[in-house]
Amino acid sequence: MIALSDFLILGALLFSLSVAGIFINRKNIIILLMCIELMLLAVNLNFIAFSHYSGDIAGQIFVFFILTVAAAEAAIGLAILVVLFRNMHTINVADLNKLKG
Amino acid sequence: MNFEVTNMIFALPEMFMLGMACAILLVVAYLGEKGTNIVYRLSQLTLAITALLIYRSLGESGITFDGTYIKDGFSDVLKMAVMLINIVVLLYSTSYLKSRNLFKGEYYVLAIFSTLGMMIMISAAHFLTLYLGLELMSLCMYAMVAMHRDSKLATEAAMKYFILGAIASGMLLYGMSIIYGATGSLDLATIAATIQAGGLDNTVLSFGLVFLVIGIGFKLGAVPFHMWLPDVYHGAPTAVTLFIATAPKIAAFAMAIRILVDGLGDVHQYWQGMLIMLSVLSMIIGNVVAIAQTNLKRMLAYSTISHVGFILLGVLSGSQEGYAAAMFYALVYTLMSLGSFGMIILLSRQGFEADTIDDYKGLSQRNPWYALMMLILMFSMAGIPPLVGFYAKLTVIKSIIDINLISVAIIAVLMSVIGAFYYLRIIKVMYFDKPKQSEPLEAPAEMRVMISVNALSVLALGLFPGALLAVCASVFY
Repeated sequence: MIALSDFLILGALLFSLSVAGIFINRKNIIILLMCIELMLLAVNLNFIAFSHYSGDIAGQIFVFFILTVAAAEAAIGLAILVVLFRNMHTINVADLNKLKG
Repeated sequence: MNFEVTNMIFALPEMFMLGMACAILLVVAYLGEKGTNIVYRLSQLTLAITALLIYRSLGESGITFDGTYIKDGFSDVLKMAVMLINIVVLLYSTSYLKSRNLFKGEYYVLAIFSTLGMMIMISAAHFLTLYLGLELMSLCMYAMVAMHRDSKLATEAAMKYFILGAIASGMLLYGMSIIYGATGSLDLATIAATIQAGGLDNTVLSFGLVFLVIGIGFKLGAVPFHMWLPDVYHGAPTAVTLFIATAPKIAAFAMAIRILVDGLGDVHQYWQGMLIMLSVLSMIIGNVVAIAQTNLKRMLAYSTISHVGFILLGVLSGSQEGYAAAMFYALVYTLMSLGSFGMIILLSRQGFEADTIDDYKGLSQRNPWYALMMLILMFSMAGIPPLVGFYAKLTVIKSIIDINLISVAIIAVLMSVIGAFYYLRIIKVMYFDKPKQSEPLEAPAEMRVMISVNALSVLALGLFPGALLAVCASVFY
């Protein structure tokens, strides 16, 4: 029997992995987009685990919505990436330095 | 499950807006670029009729759609403000878009859908509606920032905005999942009831709360989650900056109140400490870094960060007076921000963005009336009586003193003094420096009238703040 905590630890690991990926990665914007996807999937895992162990269906419904929104988000992210590549001819994170935050 | 037709009437403004948004999308698809004027008029009409629908249903309140949607005084007032602000935003931005070859239907479609997202966020009584509204609003705004396709600055700003916005949503969702696990519900009212009943593991609750606060901080632009704000404000076309800097702040404030007060009001002591940190850092970093800016849009971005710090002061006080003060501040700030970015659009023309502080040199000699309007807006942002910015600062600081956080109140006052420096610098540049150029203003008449109305309403609200203060107070008692 797999305990709830096992799922939560896996979710937390995936989540930390994605956050680390976003902040450590200095090379490629596509990797950033992948990390963002991973982040949402880690959350989905959490929701499904909680939903299953508490017997409440709402968490699983939420996951469907997150998946749909994630698809829309990826579409917009990639569209912006295409525009960016056309203007800058690079998708290197370090080259995004025209604006200094 | 009883799904009565009468319940749906609460969401009539949203449903009307959704229908109109789809209709406008069709108009854009069929008429193409030559239909943009029709699209613009239709969008204004949609916002105006939605405002009317909200006005007609004032006073009714209730929860519908199986507990996911709430209509109360708070949502009515904020939605009304969002509608009115967006009508003015569309009016200002149209003159900018026309002179930049950006006058396309897409801007209006995205603006209307984004407004719909804000309305859903403001009326959310459930984590699901909150998340969907937030994403609908944000996704439209990412696309709007990237609308100027040939501009390197705009696309870079869009990419940064997208990535940081997506991280914020991820954090918020992670927080929601932990709270869901702890309380077993996604419904904010049920969550509040479960927490009140007690017996929950407070470690788990505060763990989830940290992520929720990070997500809210990102969306509001509080330090240390403010990195996107100056870049996006600077890089986006001014018309889009104007949109992002105004109504979404009201929606983000509503999100903060819905989650922290409606849902997690009983663990107030946990989030108060986090918000104090965010608020103090925002006020310090925002005001100090703004001094070093030479670009007006960047300067206003840092000033936004400091104003967010003040709004959070009201929220963290945890009292009804504090929430009302924060709401008053959010509404007033939006009005001032609308005027300041409108002023940048008013002074700019094709090939000249009017976004550096030097561009304002000698404005009083070129055009004394608009220099006066800018003076009113800047004095109000600095918080000088009798303008409305003063009352906004006064009420939030008073709510902090009421809960005996004297040291935080002192920092707030000190920071608003430092903040006055860079607002006054613009006034000095306008009135005491020699003009660099003498071209007349090109803006259309309706925009000139509206910006005067906008600045004068800041003055009028400052002279008679009682009515708006009473409205803000009434929704929390």
